[in-house]
Amino acid sequence: MVFPDGTHALDDVSFDVNEGEFVTIVGPSGCGKSTILKIASGLLKHTDGSYDLADDNLGYVFQDSTLLPWRTVLKNVELFDELRKGDKSARRANAKRVIETVGLGGFENHHPKRLSGGMRMRVSLARSLTLNPKVFLFDEPFGALDEITRQNLNEEVGRLFKELDFGGLFITHSIPEAVFMSTKVLVMSSRPGRIIDSFDVPFDYPRTADLRYHPDFAKLSGDISKGLAEGH
Amino acid sequence: MKRRLGILAPPLAVFAAFICAWYFYSGVILDETRRKITLPYFHQVIDQSFLDAENRADLLGALWTSAWIAGIGLTISILLGLTFAVLMSQAKWIERSFYPYAVLIQTLPILALVPMIGLQFGFGIKARVIVVVIVSLFPIITNTLFGLKSADQGHHDLFTLHGAGRITRLFKLQFPSALPAMFTGFQISAGLAVIGEIVGGLFFGRGAVDLGNRIQLYVARLRAAELMGAIALSAALGVAVFWFFGYLRHRFTASWAEAE
Repeated sequence: MVFPDGTHALDDVSFDVNEGEFVTIVGPSGCGKSTILKIASGLLKHTDGSYDLADDNLGYVFQDSTLLPWRTVLKNVELFDELRKGDKSARRANAKRVIETVGLGGFENHHPKRLSGGMRMRVSLARSLTLNPKVFLFDEPFGALDEITRQNLNEEVGRLFKELDFGGLFITHSIPEAVFMSTKVLVMSSRPGRIIDSFDVPFDYPRTADLRYHPDFAKLSGDISKGLAEGH
Repeated sequence: MKRRLGILAPPLAVFAAFICAWYFYSGVILDETRRKITLPYFHQVIDQSFLDAENRADLLGALWTSAWIAGIGLTISILLGLTFAVLMSQAKWIERSFYPYAVLIQTLPILALVPMIGLQFGFGIKARVIVVVIVSLFPIITNTLFGLKSADQGHHDLFTLHGAGRITRLFKLQFPSALPAMFTGFQISAGLAVIGEIVGGLFFGRGAVDLGNRIQLYVARLRAAELMGAIALSAALGVAVFWFFGYLRHRFTASWAEAE
C-alpha cells in the first residue's frame, strides 16, 4: 500500500480471517494497522495486492464511537438499516434487540451526550450488530476508555464473538488486550508495515477476568512483547 | 429567587449608573434650552415618548413597521443564505465562484449603496427590504457553510460505508451537524436586519412609516425626547430578535449539543 504522497504504509501483509477466528494485530504507532482495516472495509483503495470479503455485512467499530449526537441511542442504532433502506418496523425491532444484547435496555431515548464513554462504545457495537456481520473490524475501539471499562468491554466482545460466531479483526496497542481477545495475534513492524510474527492463543472461551493472572497468559504476553521489540 | 436576583443585579446596577450619568449630563452640563433640544432627562423621555398617547401610538406603529420589514428581509436572507451555503458545500467550484462576492457584499459600506438602491428600486418598502437583505446575508452563508463542512470525518466514513448518496448525506449528516452554527448565524443576522431596516428607513420614507422615518422626523423637528424613545425601541427590537433566535437554537440543539 503506497499513498499518493509517497508514504509506503504497508508491504507484504497477508493473512486470512475465518468465521470463528479472532485475529488481533499489534504494532507500533503509525505502522499501518488502521490502514489494513480501511482497505478491508473498502474505505481506502489499495495500490497493490488484493483482499476478499465473503460478505457485505461488515461490522466496523472505530476508535471513536462515532455516534450522531443529535440522534437518540435507538435512532443511532437504526442508522445503518436506515441508510440501507431497510423496512422501518423491522429495523426498529432489530435495533431494540441488539440494544438489549449489549445491555443498554432502558437507554433507548437517551442522547449520546448523557452516556459514559463505555456506554457510547456499547451503542457503537450495537449499531454494527444490527447488520448481523460475518466479519467484525475493530480499530482500537477501547483505547480511550479507563482500564475497568475496557476490561468489561473485552469480556463483552468475547461473549458476543462466541455467541454470534463472526470473524473478528482487532487492532490494538495493548498486548494484554490482544491476548485476552484473540485466537491469533499478529505482530507488525514499523513502516512499511509487515507482519513479522504470529502467535496462536490457546485459551478456551468463555474467558473471564481470572485469565489475566494465569502464568500462561503472562508468558504469551511476554513472548509477543519480545517479538514486537525485535520489529523496531 | 435568590439566584435570579444574583443574575439580574449586576446589569441592573450598570443600568442605574448609566441613568445617573445621564441625569448628571442633562442637569449639570446642559442648560435648559440645550437640554430640551439635545438630551432631556430620562423621565421626560419616558413621559413624552410612552405616556403621551399620541406619541406612543406613533412610535409603536413605527416599531411594528420596522419589525415586519426586517422580518421579510431576514426571511429572504435566510432562504438565500441557506441555498447558497448548501450549493457551496456541494461543489468546490461553486464555492470558489461565489464566496468572493459574499465577502464583497459584507465589506461594502451600506451607506454608499443606499442612493443607488433608491434610484433602482424606488424609495419605498422594497428598497428597505433590499438593504436588510444586503446587511444580513453574509453571516448566514458563512455560518451555515462552516456548519455543513464541519461534519465529522468519522461520520462521513460511516455514511460512505453504508452507501449513502449526496442527498442522504446532506439531510441526515451535514444539515443536523450544521444546526448550532446555523442558528448562531441567524442570531447575528437578525440583529443586523434590524439595524439595516432602520438605516434604510433614514433614507427611504415612502410606503410605511418605520422607526428610521420617525428618527429622521424627530431630528428635523428637534424633538429630542421622542428621538430617544425611538432609539430605545430600535434597541429593544434588536434585543428581542436576538433572544428569539437564541431561544430557537436552545430549543433545537440543547438536548444533544455538547456545549451551549
